[in-house]
Amino acid sequence: MANGVLILAEVVDGAVSPVTAELVAAATGLGAGPVSAMVIGSGVEGAAANVAGVEKTYVVDDAALAQYTTDGYTTAAQAVAAKADPAIILLAQSDAGRDLGPALAYRLNTAIAMDTIGLEMKDGKLHTTRPTYGGNARAVNGFTSEPAIATVRPKTFEPAAGGSAGAVEKVDVDLSGIRTKVLSRDVAAAEGVRLEDANFVVSGGRGMGGPENFDVIEQLAGALGGAVGCSRAVADLGWRPVAEQVGLTGKVVSPNVYIAVAISGASQHMAGCSGSKNIIAINKDADANIFKSARFGIVGDYKTILPPLIEAIKKEKAAG
Amino acid sequence: MHIVVCVKQVPDWDIPPSSFKVDEGAKKVVPPPGVAPVTSQFDAIAAEAAMKIKDAGGDTKVTIMSMGPATARETIKQGLAMGGDEGVLISDDAFNDIDSTAAALVLATAIKKLGDVDLVLTGRQAVDWDTGVTGTLIAEMIGGPVVTFAKAVSVADGKVTVERVLPDATEKVEATLPAVVTVSNELGEPRYPKLPQIMAAGKKQVTTWTAADLGIDAAALAPKLTLEQLFVPVVDTKVEIIEGETPEEQAANLAKRMKEAKLI
Ligand SMILES: Cc1cc2nc3c(=O)[nH]c(=O)nc-3n(C[C@H](O)[C@H](O)[C@H](O)COP(=O)(O)OP(=O)(O)OC[C@H]3O[C@@H](n4cnc5c(N)ncnc54)[C@H](O)[C@@H]3O)c2cc1C
Ligand SMILES: Nc1ncnc2c1ncn2[C@@H]1O[C@H](COP(=O)(O)O)[C@@H](O)[C@H]1O
Repeated sequence: MANGVLILAEVVDGAVSPVTAELVAAATGLGAGPVSAMVIGSGVEGAAANVAGVEKTYVVDDAALAQYTTDGYTTAAQAVAAKADPAIILLAQSDAGRDLGPALAYRLNTAIAMDTIGLEMKDGKLHTTRPTYGGNARAVNGFTSEPAIATVRPKTFEPAAGGSAGAVEKVDVDLSGIRTKVLSRDVAAAEGVRLEDANFVVSGGRGMGGPENFDVIEQLAGALGGAVGCSRAVADLGWRPVAEQVGLTGKVVSPNVYIAVAISGASQHMAGCSGSKNIIAINKDADANIFKSARFGIVGDYKTILPPLIEAIKKEKAAG
Repeated sequence: MHIVVCVKQVPDWDIPPSSFKVDEGAKKVVPPPGVAPVTSQFDAIAAEAAMKIKDAGGDTKVTIMSMGPATARETIKQGLAMGGDEGVLISDDAFNDIDSTAAALVLATAIKKLGDVDLVLTGRQAVDWDTGVTGTLIAEMIGGPVVTFAKAVSVADGKVTVERVLPDATEKVEATLPAVVTVSNELGEPRYPKLPQIMAAGKKQVTTWTAADLGIDAAALAPKLTLEQLFVPVVDTKVEIIEGETPEEQAANLAKRMKEAKLI
């Protein structure tokens, strides 16, 4: 009988990724039986012994998994799922989760709900809630097949507070069928605070008018000790790197303060920042959608507002 | 080289959030009156990826495929105007409101029926449900690899090479053919067909297939994922607009309120 919840604990740079604790919390909160984890990669046995808050951790450690490939990771996850026989599988809506999730669902002859922000057990079965139509609507889904699989949007669940690690069980998998090859991988060098971890995020939109005008965004972020973000319009125009894009197809951030400057607040942008505790909007259009989600707003031209705002914030901070 | 581009017709997403409406009983989105459906954004970009491969030379045929109501023919025409060679419209009432697995099954069955397909291009996600699973499922069903989130796609020596765009990295990945590649907006804007191309598209052949043509019966379309509820979430924030005689004063007042609210 399928039982319990299996999560994918991703290993990034040798350590269990921060979102794992969110998955552990989500899985534990379901009260749907024992929670186990799977760790996939090469040289990841050490990390596997460090997944906190689970009863058991399955590890597939193989040189063929040194680079992420859909084929390799899906085959490994499938083998673990066959062994663990869970009723529910949770993955993060991460690069890996959004890529391998659907393939895993197919191979297990079941379905997946992508990018969920709510999980609930009803009559012993998983129901998921997910934003859809660019964030304009919410869909609640149920499953007629098992295991029920979902990817969980990062920053949705409070991370679990530690707990002891589970026993590690090795799973051997035949990985000879990998049909893709990673020829190169360039990681965007992150400067300063990581966007996803920042307490303050200052994002600029198309209304900034050009890449040269982002100086004031950087200065404001600097004054707050925060990170710079942007809208997709800005990333598409090449004004800022894709790594700074916030939104449905960019990053999800949930800082204490999110300052949106010259951003209209399209639902797809809000999908990446609506979890922020406080949104502050600066926009010259009083009817801009961004004001609907904001706690504080200034209607005005950023060019005249931002320079004095940077000074005023420095002053308030200095006053202690 | 035969490329299939999967294009979906969706409600226009470029409408003000205030005119976005849902019929909760029917669990359906109700488009504002007079607003016509459009091609899903990333699918037009997938068509652009196909045209770029065609431009690069070689003997390349591009088939534009859509599953949907009769109006989806418009979406196919758009792909043909961009330079597609033939269209396939898959239309049947049995396909209304099916889940992603069933939709992928229909598309994969049609792709297999075409027979000689080397590369399937899809959008990274359809902009109605924002799911992003169909490309991968098609790959599993036709027995080929998938590469997601492409910003550049090229084909040579029986292999497809893809530049993948991820939030914190770019990757170059090579896959054996036949393969499926899902395309992201970083690939660039789709080309804008000119009038003669639009006229010519009207003369290109669009084949229509039904469930019977594909040999798919109702049992194969039973949902694994069910839609229980669809609703518009309530946003109940009340914005406090910071006033002031001058921009300097507005800025100073905001900083003060941030301090009072213990944000700084
Ligand atoms: C499937 C899909 C996925 C998407 N994913 C994302 C995503 O991940 N992230 C994302 O951001 N978008 C995403 N989008 C795009 C989104 O719909 C919007 O097009 C985009 O967010 C708009 O960016 P913007 O607010 O910067 O530009 P605009 O909408 O052009 O807004 C510019 C704003 O600047 C204001 N302004 C202009 N000049 C000034 C000035 N001098 N001072 C103050 N204000 C000024 C204007 O009033 C306006 O409100 C997606 C779209 C789709 C269809
Ligand atoms: N009904 C359809 N007809 C043609 N292509 C589709 C259809 N549904 C999905 N697709 C393709 O699959 C991609 C991903 O869709 P989805 O998994 O629904 O987000 C889309 O961008 C399309 O390229």
